[in-house]
Amino acid sequence: MRTFVGIDLGSTTTKAVLMDENEKVIGRGITNSRSNYATAVKVVTQEAAVDARFTLFRREVGDEEGNSAEVEEFLKDLERSFRLEQFLEQLDDLEKTCIEQIVGERFAKVEEGVKQALVETFVRLRKEAAALFAPGVVRKSDFFRDIAGSRYLAIAEDVARDAGLAYDLLLNVYDKSIIAVENRPPSGSLSDKFHAALKRISQESGGVDPLMEQAVKTALDIELEETYLVGTGYGRVTLPFSKEHIRSEILCHGLGAHMMYPQTRTVLDIGGQDTKGIQVDPAGIVENFQMNDRCAAGCGRYLGYIADEMNMGLHELGPLAMKSEKPARINSTCTVFAGAELRDRLALGEAREDILAGLHRAIILRAMSIISRSGGIADEFTFTGGVAKNQAAVRELKKLVFENYGEVTINIDPDSIYTGALGGAEFARRAAEGRVEGIEA
Amino acid sequence: MRVTTSTAKQPVEVIKDASMVKQKEMMAAHFDRLTNAKENGDKVASTFVPGNLNELLMCFDLVNNLPEVNAIQSGLRRKSGGFVMEAEKSGHSEDVCTYVKSDIGMMAKGNIGPNGKELPSPDVLLLSYTGCFTFLKWFELLREQYKCETIFLQTPYMADGKVTPNMIQYMVKQLKEDVIPKLEKVSGVKFDIDRLREYLRKSAKAEDDLVYILQSGKHKRSPIDAYFGGIYYIGPIFGAFRGTDDAIEYYKFLRQEVDQRIAAGLGPVTPEGPMGEEKYRLVVEGPPNYTNFRQFWKMFYDEGATVVASSYTKVGGTYDFGFRHDPDRPLETLAEYCLGVYTNRSLPMRIDMLVDYINEYQADGLLINSIKSCNSFSAGQLLMMREVEKRTGKPAAFIETDLVDPRYFSAANVKNRLESYFQMIEQKRSGKGVAA
Repeated sequence: MRTFVGIDLGSTTTKAVLMDENEKVIGRGITNSRSNYATAVKVVTQEAAVDARFTLFRREVGDEEGNSAEVEEFLKDLERSFRLEQFLEQLDDLEKTCIEQIVGERFAKVEEGVKQALVETFVRLRKEAAALFAPGVVRKSDFFRDIAGSRYLAIAEDVARDAGLAYDLLLNVYDKSIIAVENRPPSGSLSDKFHAALKRISQESGGVDPLMEQAVKTALDIELEETYLVGTGYGRVTLPFSKEHIRSEILCHGLGAHMMYPQTRTVLDIGGQDTKGIQVDPAGIVENFQMNDRCAAGCGRYLGYIADEMNMGLHELGPLAMKSEKPARINSTCTVFAGAELRDRLALGEAREDILAGLHRAIILRAMSIISRSGGIADEFTFTGGVAKNQAAVRELKKLVFENYGEVTINIDPDSIYTGALGGAEFARRAAEGRVEGIEA
Repeated sequence: MRVTTSTAKQPVEVIKDASMVKQKEMMAAHFDRLTNAKENGDKVASTFVPGNLNELLMCFDLVNNLPEVNAIQSGLRRKSGGFVMEAEKSGHSEDVCTYVKSDIGMMAKGNIGPNGKELPSPDVLLLSYTGCFTFLKWFELLREQYKCETIFLQTPYMADGKVTPNMIQYMVKQLKEDVIPKLEKVSGVKFDIDRLREYLRKSAKAEDDLVYILQSGKHKRSPIDAYFGGIYYIGPIFGAFRGTDDAIEYYKFLRQEVDQRIAAGLGPVTPEGPMGEEKYRLVVEGPPNYTNFRQFWKMFYDEGATVVASSYTKVGGTYDFGFRHDPDRPLETLAEYCLGVYTNRSLPMRIDMLVDYINEYQADGLLINSIKSCNSFSAGQLLMMREVEKRTGKPAAFIETDLVDPRYFSAANVKNRLESYFQMIEQKRSGKGVAA
C-alpha cells in the first residue's frame, strides 16, 4: 500500500503523519526532538507506522471508527503488549551498552562484580517489566528513558548494596549508556514484536478470538510503502532531505489546517519557539503570514519555563489558571524574564492561579498582535500547536477574538499538534501525484 | 573578476563585477582624500545621503563625508556591532538608530575610517534633508562634538503628494540666504553659479545611465539585482561622486556591462558568480541589512530570487518620474532633488511607486525588509503592504532585520520567512484553480 509521510521537526517535539492514497490519515507519531533530528525522524516515522497498523487492524475487522468496544479492548491489550515488547528490546540494548562501558582504570578491580550486578539489575528490570505495562497501569511517561531510568536507579541501588559495590559505578555506566540507547531508534522488526505481543495476549488470556488474530496477521502482511516524504519545521534544514522533500512549516500549517477544517481562512499556530498568524484562501493556499521575529517571547517554551519555575507539569498550568477569578495584569512575555516576573508577583502576594491566568492572557495578546499584522481574523479561525491544548490559553483566545472580531467559528482539533505534519503528508501525496506546489518542480 | 579574500577559517573566492572593482578604487581614493584632508588643506563637510547637495559642496571645494556611508562600511566590515555597544555604553538607548550609534561609537574609538586612517573632524555640518527626525538629533550630537558651523536646510514633507511652487521658493530662499553664505564663510570660496551648472550637467549625464541600469530590471531575465547589486550601483550617485567625471565613467562602464548581460541573456552577478535560473522576481521595500549582507543576499540567489526593483535605490533621490538635475535651474533643481527623496514621499505616493514597480517590472510580489531602528522607512510599512497586495493581487511578505546592529539579524528566522514566501509564490502560481 502506498503511503505518504509528513514530518514536522519542531523545536520541542517531532511529529509524523502517515497518509494513504485516499487522503486518510492512518498513523500518527510524536517524540521529543532531543536535539537529534535524524533520530527523531526515525523514531517518529516508526511510531506512525505502529499507529498505522492499528488503523489497518480496525479496517480488517470493519471497525475503522473504533466503535466496537470488544475490538477496542483487544487493541488496547495488543498495544500494551507491543509496548512491552518494545520496552524489553530497548532494555536488551541498554544492558549490552552498559556492559560495554565497563572499561578503564575505574573498573580495574571490580569489573566482574559490576558486570554481575548489571546482569542482576537487568534480570529484575525484565521481571517487573510486565507489571509496568499491565492493564490499567498509568505510566508517567511513554519515553523509554523515563520509564527505564527511574526503575534502574532504584533497582541498581539495591543490587549494589547487596553486592557490596559502590552505587556510583552502576550509575556511571547507566549515564554513559542511556543517551546512546535513546538516540538509537529501535531496530528490531515491528512485525516480530506484534507477533510476540499477540502470543503474549494469547497466553495471558487463554486464547485470542481467531477472527481477530487473523485480522491482525492480515493487517501485518500489508506492506507500507513509503511513496513520498515531506519534511517541515525548523529542523528541516539539518536533514538529509533533498529540496523537493522540504516545505516551509507555514505552508504546511496552512494546508494542514485547511484539511482539518476546509472553511479555515485564518490559522494561529503557537509552537515551542514561534507563533504564526497565517491567512489561507479557500484551497488552503497561504495568502499572507506573520510570525514572531528573533524573540520567542510568548511562545510555548515560555509556558515551559513557567512550569519549571513553579515546579509543575506543563499540562497542569492551564487547569490551575482556569481557577482564577481575578487574572493579574501582565504585559511582558519575555521568556528570559519569566522567572523574575513570576517570583516578583508571588512576593507581592498574588495568587498562583491569578498570575498564571495573567500570563496566559499575555501570551494570547501577543498572538493577537501577530494575527492582526497578518491581516486579522476571518471566519473560520483554526488554532493549532501545542498551546492549543491549554484550556486557559483557549479561554483567553476566545474572549479576545470575540472582543476584536465578533462571532467567529473557532476550530481546535484534539490532534492539532499534528497540523504541520498533516500538511506535509498532503504535500507528499500531491507531489507523488505530480502536483508540485510550493517548490520548484 | 575574481578576488580572493581570507577569513579566519578559509579563503573564500569572491567574484565581482569589473564595475564593482572600479567602484572600490573610487571609494578607496575618496577615503584617502578624506583622511588626508587636513594634510592637504582640504575642508570637510559632513552631510547625509538623502537629498545630499554634492554639487553645491564641490563648488566650495569641500570634501563630502557621509556618516551613514561610514556606518555602512563599518557594518560590512563587521565593526559596527562593537561601535553600537560603545555608543550604548555612553548612554544611547537600544532604540536609537544604529547608523547613529555606529557613528558615535566609531568616533569614541578613534574615528578610524575603512582605510585604517583617522577620519577628519568636519568643518561644517550640512543637513539638507529633514524628513528624518533622527538626522536632526544626529547632527546635534555631532555639533556638540565638533563645535563647528551647522547648516540646516529644511525640506518640506510631501504630505499632499506633490511639490508646490511655494515649497521650491521656500527652499531656494534658504539656499540663497542661509546655506550658500554659510558655505562661503566656512570654505573661504566665493560661490560661482556657473561652476554649479557644470557639475549639475555632469550629474544629469550619470543619472541618465543610472536610470537605464535600474530600469534594466524590467527585462525578463533581469540582468541586475536591483537591491543587493543596486546598493553598489547607487553608491557613486548618492555619495561623493555625483557631478564628477568619475561618476559619468562608472555608469557608462556599468551600462555597458548591463547591455552585455542583456545581449547574452545573463542574470545578475552574485558574490558566487553569475546567478542561476531566475525563479522569482521581487520588488523590495526598505533598506538592507549590512552586518550579514552576503549571507542575506545568498538567501535570495540560492533560491533563484532576483530583486527587479527596490525602493532603497531611491533613498538619495528619485529619478523614476523624469527628474534629472537641471543646469538651467540650478537652485530650483537642488530643491526638487531634496524633495524627491523616497522617504520624503507620503505613504500613498510610496504605495503608488511600489504598485507601479510590481506591474512594470512584472514582479511576483513585494517583500518588505522592515528595519528595527529606522522609523523613516518602517512607519506605515504594514499598511503599505496590505494596500499593494490589494491593488496588485500579488503576494507580499514581511521580514525584520536592522541596518548595522548584528544583534537584530536572526538568520534562521529570516531564512524561514523567505523560504516560506518563495514557496508561497510557487504555490500560488501552480495551485491556482486546484481545489484541495
